[in-house]
Amino acid sequence: MWELIGIWIAALLTLCIYSFLYRDNPFYRFAEHLFVGVSVGYGIVLTIHQGFIPFAWNPIAKAVTQQQLVGLWRLIPIGIGALFFTRLIPTHAWLIRYPIAILIGVGSGLAIPNVMRADIFQQVHGTLVPFAQIHAGELGPFQIFGAILMLIGVISTLTYFFFSVEHRGAIGGVSKIGIVFLMIGFGSAFGNTVMGRVSLLIQRIDFLLNGWLGSLF
Amino acid sequence: MIEKLMNIDRRIVFILVALAVIIPSLLNVSFPITVSQPTRSTYEYIEAMPPGSTLMIGFNYGPSSFAELHPMAKAVIHHCFSKKIRVIGMTLLAEGATLGDKMLKGVAEETGAVYGEDYVYLGFRPGATQVLLGMGTAIDSVYEADYAKTPLAEIPMMADITNYEQIDLVLDLASGSSTEWWVIYTNTRYNQQIAAGVTGVIVSQMYPYLQTKQLIGLMPGLLGAAEYEKLIGKPAKGTEGMSIQSFAHLLVVALVILGNIAFFIQRRQSE
Repeated sequence: MWELIGIWIAALLTLCIYSFLYRDNPFYRFAEHLFVGVSVGYGIVLTIHQGFIPFAWNPIAKAVTQQQLVGLWRLIPIGIGALFFTRLIPTHAWLIRYPIAILIGVGSGLAIPNVMRADIFQQVHGTLVPFAQIHAGELGPFQIFGAILMLIGVISTLTYFFFSVEHRGAIGGVSKIGIVFLMIGFGSAFGNTVMGRVSLLIQRIDFLLNGWLGSLF
Repeated sequence: MIEKLMNIDRRIVFILVALAVIIPSLLNVSFPITVSQPTRSTYEYIEAMPPGSTLMIGFNYGPSSFAELHPMAKAVIHHCFSKKIRVIGMTLLAEGATLGDKMLKGVAEETGAVYGEDYVYLGFRPGATQVLLGMGTAIDSVYEADYAKTPLAEIPMMADITNYEQIDLVLDLASGSSTEWWVIYTNTRYNQQIAAGVTGVIVSQMYPYLQTKQLIGLMPGLLGAAEYEKLIGKPAKGTEGMSIQSFAHLLVVALVILGNIAFFIQRRQSE
């Protein structure tokens, strides 16, 4: 019974959302607002249960009720985090700078070395390693072609984003090749996006035809 | 005629796309599926893992990406359970918490996998970076209990799993930036092997990581699910969806070509 009610609610909300394809209407807006409200509510409740209670509430409660005073050290990060709420008190709003400073400092400290390694050093290494393999005679003709094409793509695309020199002459020519590579990249991203969006439509139509209408007949 | 084509009501396009999906759905058509190398690499890596190995799956997607990533998750978990590979489920995204739980329970019911011995679901913890780095030191420093609030110390499967050192592969099923986080914080820092199954929208951004072997495999959207289903010999929603998808793609290609022809004719006429 409950499952059937759930199927009907899901089907009607799906139709409400798809009604936007005709034009904006109150059914669409109702479903949209409901979705946003439910998502936010669900996120808040889950964050309280899976984040605040195990990491903040339980250790403090244990420290107080079971005399495990070591748990009280958590009052320091909780206190710093609570400073975010000073934003609500105009006279003390400046205190929010401290948690933001800590967050940015810690976040940058953790991210910068790892991002540099993962996204720059490893990528440069990945672009150049095939040439060492070519030198060692480990690659076939197609792989050699791929490695050269990739190097041309990287250099020409980077040249397109190099704005310190005017894009004329040789630099202009290389940056135009970069545009071609960028367009191929955008085309690939667009094709994959179409695939993704059509997948969502297929799943919803499968649900409407088999899940919803299938439950009626 | 050209004028009409260039100013076609977008709702006609919507109807055509809907028909391109509904008609093949009703006719149950099927097309052959060719398996791409990135999906095959994921499959072969898992296939080579001995029984008793551990795979961690990140259910980092919400209901809006359910259609693409859920069939993929189902196929991989089926494969793991059939090979007696232990599965740890978790999520960095609040919306993914229930989806991961339901998925693992559903496949366990079908295959007879036992909770606490064959699989564990840790659920969600806020603060992605801290969660990923924390699990590198000790999983129980981040998840002291599983999703059902059973302490990890009481779960038999977790007795010999402390951190990434005991996890043979992480599979991130992602609709957002989580694969990048796994690569940046877990692969780079802890040398953890990572594979990814991602939505079509973000798959292009992931290929550089595949080329540098920061990802050992990559499954693209519904296609990845269909390919994996073919590899394990269990055609399901992914295979079904990809056959229908081919019709929609043909329509989109036809519309793009038609639109371009009309555009160039119109430009020549105006010149």
